[in-house]
Amino acid sequence: MASGSASRSLFRRDLIGPAIGDSFRKLDPRLLIRNPVMFTTAVVAALLTVLLIAGQGVGGIGFNVQLVFWLWLTVLFGNFAEALAEGRGKAQAASLRSTKAELVAKRLRGKSEDHETLPASSLKRGDLVLVETGDLIPADGEVVEGVASVNEAAITGESAPVIREAGGDRSAVTAGTRVISDRITVRVTQEPGAGFLDRMIALVEGAERKKTPNEIALTVLLVGLTIIFLVAVATIPGFAAYSGDSVPVALLAALLVALIPTTIAALLSAIGIAGMDRLVRFNVLAKSGRAVEAAGDVDVLLLDKTGTVTVGDRHAVAFRPLKGVTVEQLAEAAHRASLADETPEGRSIVKLAREGHAIAAETLNDDAEIIPFSAQTRISGVRSGGLLIEKGAVDAIVKACAASGTPAAAELRRITDEIARSGGTPLAVAQGGALLGVVHLKDILKAGIRERFAELRRMGIRTVMITGDNPLTAAAIAAEAGVDDFLAEATPEDKLALIRKEQSEGRLVAMCGDGTNDAPALAQADVGVAMNTGTQAAREAGNMVDLDSDPTKLIEVVGIGKQLLMTRGSLTTFSIANDVAKYFAIIPAIFAIFYPKLGLLNIMGLASQQSAVLSAIIFNAVIIPLLVPLALKGVAYRPIGADRLLLRNLCLYGLGGLIAPFIGIKLIDLAVSALGLA
Amino acid sequence: MFDALLLATLIIGGTALLSLPLARYMARAMDPQGFVRPTRWFEHIGGAAARGDQGWQGYLFALLGFNAAMFLVVFAILAGQQWLPFNPDAKGALDPAMVFNTSASFVTNTNLQHYSGEVSLSYFSQLGGLMWLQFVSAASGIAALVALARGLAGRPFGNFFVDVQRSAFLVLLPLAIIVALLLVAGGVPMTFAGAVHATTLEGAVQTIARGPVAAFVGIKQLGTNGGGFFGPNSTHPLENPGFWTNALSMAAIIIVPMACVWMFGRIIGRPKHARLIFAVMLGFLVLKTAGALWFEQAPTRAFDSLPIAQNVGNLEGKELRFGAAGGPIWAVLTTSTSNGSVGAMHDSLNPLTGLMPMIGMWLNATFGGVGVGMINMFLYILVAVFVAGMMVGRTPEYLGHRVEGREVKLAIMALAAHAFFILVGTAVFAATSWGAGTVGNAGPHGFSEILYEFSSAAANNGSGFEGLGDATVPWNIATGITMLAMRFIPVILPIAIVGSFAAKRRAAESAGTLGVENGTFAVMLVITILIFGALTFFPAAAIGPVAEHVTYMR
Repeated sequence: MASGSASRSLFRRDLIGPAIGDSFRKLDPRLLIRNPVMFTTAVVAALLTVLLIAGQGVGGIGFNVQLVFWLWLTVLFGNFAEALAEGRGKAQAASLRSTKAELVAKRLRGKSEDHETLPASSLKRGDLVLVETGDLIPADGEVVEGVASVNEAAITGESAPVIREAGGDRSAVTAGTRVISDRITVRVTQEPGAGFLDRMIALVEGAERKKTPNEIALTVLLVGLTIIFLVAVATIPGFAAYSGDSVPVALLAALLVALIPTTIAALLSAIGIAGMDRLVRFNVLAKSGRAVEAAGDVDVLLLDKTGTVTVGDRHAVAFRPLKGVTVEQLAEAAHRASLADETPEGRSIVKLAREGHAIAAETLNDDAEIIPFSAQTRISGVRSGGLLIEKGAVDAIVKACAASGTPAAAELRRITDEIARSGGTPLAVAQGGALLGVVHLKDILKAGIRERFAELRRMGIRTVMITGDNPLTAAAIAAEAGVDDFLAEATPEDKLALIRKEQSEGRLVAMCGDGTNDAPALAQADVGVAMNTGTQAAREAGNMVDLDSDPTKLIEVVGIGKQLLMTRGSLTTFSIANDVAKYFAIIPAIFAIFYPKLGLLNIMGLASQQSAVLSAIIFNAVIIPLLVPLALKGVAYRPIGADRLLLRNLCLYGLGGLIAPFIGIKLIDLAVSALGLA
Repeated sequence: MFDALLLATLIIGGTALLSLPLARYMARAMDPQGFVRPTRWFEHIGGAAARGDQGWQGYLFALLGFNAAMFLVVFAILAGQQWLPFNPDAKGALDPAMVFNTSASFVTNTNLQHYSGEVSLSYFSQLGGLMWLQFVSAASGIAALVALARGLAGRPFGNFFVDVQRSAFLVLLPLAIIVALLLVAGGVPMTFAGAVHATTLEGAVQTIARGPVAAFVGIKQLGTNGGGFFGPNSTHPLENPGFWTNALSMAAIIIVPMACVWMFGRIIGRPKHARLIFAVMLGFLVLKTAGALWFEQAPTRAFDSLPIAQNVGNLEGKELRFGAAGGPIWAVLTTSTSNGSVGAMHDSLNPLTGLMPMIGMWLNATFGGVGVGMINMFLYILVAVFVAGMMVGRTPEYLGHRVEGREVKLAIMALAAHAFFILVGTAVFAATSWGAGTVGNAGPHGFSEILYEFSSAAANNGSGFEGLGDATVPWNIATGITMLAMRFIPVILPIAIVGSFAAKRRAAESAGTLGVENGTFAVMLVITILIFGALTFFPAAAIGPVAEHVTYMR
């Protein structure tokens, strides 16, 4: 399951064969009844078949056989569309299943290294298992001991290994992924049969597919239309009886099937499955179809600054010494403090010091004590030769220095404010307890992010940037990136409160997150995308999981949700608009029997009554497979605002739906009469 | 043709302009903000039931109960008219099926008349039974619309007993008095004296029926009632003596339905949306009028072989004082608005001209009845919003209310019911002697008569194609049921929809939300109306008016 482009064909040859087989299997009335419109079509086809066998057909055996044939084909085409959409998922599910079947676990007994080997399916929540190099991880869980690189290609399709380690936000591991170095102890967090792999199998297979609220509403509309047209057709014999005439059942049946919205009904479930599939191929797993639809409705996107708005790393751009300190002194101190700091930030300080201020390259002495960064102190540094150099968050450093003298508070504030106002982050540097100055770290905006936000605005979506930065920095970055709003110095509680507030004002909120403390917000959001690298709690709380852990994807997910609904709406419009031409093909054919002059309504000039009816029915059938690619690929979504979007789709699918069948039926009629079929 | 177009433009355009200030007044009268004196009077009159908000179920319950009571009262009056006062001409008892039909007809604001007023009804039946229903049934319709609009605006639904008094006493009564006075000035009689017995020049004795005509006609037009004092309705010289009463009547037919659209816009706080709805309705009205005028240019087939001028249009069945154009304009206005009074005999219209009134009743929302026309349009809007909403990639919303399965189901049920009653009724009567034995003409024209009658009953219109012997028991029962069902189904279901909206979280609007105020949505709405309102009737139209037209085409 490589992360493929959306254009990759769903019409894979190896999927078509099984889909054809499934089309016949789906003729089972118990399955057909789920789609009332197609069920009606099947009932009509069955009725005509019975009449044909009983010799009650009107207008020649050849005509009736063809009519019955095309009616059944209409049903089969509908089944085929659904089967084809399900096909991909089934193939994928089969390979996931085989992965699952071969999972074995080494369950630890007590505290010792002593373990027993057993099938993964008998693991329970809370069990501790040992996973060594080359082993597949037997169940979803959390690393409680050790660090390992894990190949998650089986789930994400990404073959580059990722690090999984105990503690922190990278502790979650997924069943079916392979440890390729080191060994870890994992605590099982899933119930048997309810793991990520199981969910994924169910999802891609479509077994869990429940109709979404919008699908239900659309089905109601289609059923309503079917009933209305059933009334319209079933009353025709009464009208005809007035003048003492009767209308052949076959013609009425043909009219009914032509009028009821078979096209959209046939493609409806394929559209839904394809929408989920598009997400899967995009490496996002939605836990329900409802979540995908909700994505299309999103009004507010909460985006974490880091990784979404800006590239994760900040770069040092300037050294700002306090009065009485030279730039070189500051640069040298900062350089030394960062030598052991392998983060991109640390490396950028080293680079700036060497290239911008000609600080000589040096290495730390062996006796140097490295003080690693911790979230508690928010300070890192090095103690070398008795001299302590520290760098870190300004307030943390100020606090650390407070013991050994009062730093120049006013000047410091001036510098840090200046940096913040330009969207930078100040990093204070102190040497021996004395504050030297500040390193100006600058956030690098992601390329093209401004355009993306402008696009979102045109889609009617407001973006809110969430950041731990102070308000000044946040405001500057927000302005530069073009987000609509920001939440600075955000705590998880702030996030949750913001989501609740937006929701109470009637907006749908989407967000992504990875940490355990994101879980409440992820659960509260209408669309919560959890990063796959995140904690198990986060993955449980969200209604989507992004296997690539790319927060920017939220934007595409919204697009996919919109595309799903648009495809439904456009094909519904197309299907209903088709009815006008079908009326003009079949009504003259029926009524010309007793009012010959009504032949004037035959504005397409169709060859004969039988040919007209047959052509309309053939068009009605073949339009289904012709539209399958569109249903699977989806109608192109463009962020041009609702009004222009409606105009565009109305012209394309409304007007197109009005005109296309006139042309199509006429062409089929020419062929039918040329071949002497009717 | 030019004169006719000018007349149509002046009447429709002029009334459209007049509807604006009327709507401003109606919105204030029907939905006053804060404390106002009339509200207190109405609460006092209505007693405990008229205080406080009823919620949507309570409102519907009150509306239905009130209508049921009206039905019983009028049924009793009509059934016992021979014993009741104000019967100077000693009118006798009515057939029970006729009493049922007439009661249903007037309670449902249809005013389908299978009787001839001046022949069969006493003054008490006309005034005490029917005329007050012309006020109160119309008032019910306006009240229902106001409740619907309040619900859509996210406010409490209000109190039916107050609203029905507001619309009867503050809106319809003052308007009816103005129109009645103008009609009297135009020569329409207003008297409680019995019929006049006149001796003609030839010495024959003629009975000229008269009565409190002006009062009856004023409200008949304003409340989209349409029930005439006399059998021939507004073609009768005493209901409609001349050009000015004719023009006034036509304006009175459409003014309140037009104002209802603006009023709706005011209450929901979206005047631009109302403008779009008004434009769509007006577009349909203009098209139908132009079509009717155009098709009526051709002389009638009946005069084909007569050595007379064939270039004056179809004058058959017209009042010569209104010409060939006055009839079709009236025919379109009266059927567009569920009024049902007639200014010419629809039976005599050319076949395709006759199709225009039928289309008006099939759509039943291109202005439609007072209050209910806008409610019907709300159903079309909901379906249009649902399909268009998906096309812009969002779960469909109407004014921030999410349109989901339940709402779609209720809307489509209401729309399907309209088609069901018309088509099934027509099919049953066309296929049996119930209908086929009562038609006045053979061939497709007779079929049109049946189709028209059911369309009129289902649309609560009340006009007749005539030529139909419809005073039979099957006709009285079938159309009576149709009128009752199609009066209350399209009121109950839409209010239930809004009730369902009110229970959900309302969504905020953004640039990604489907706009309901622009031209694109207007197009979508037109398409929806055509497909859901008209396409269903294509076979019936083909076998009726269209078949007649092509059969006799020269």
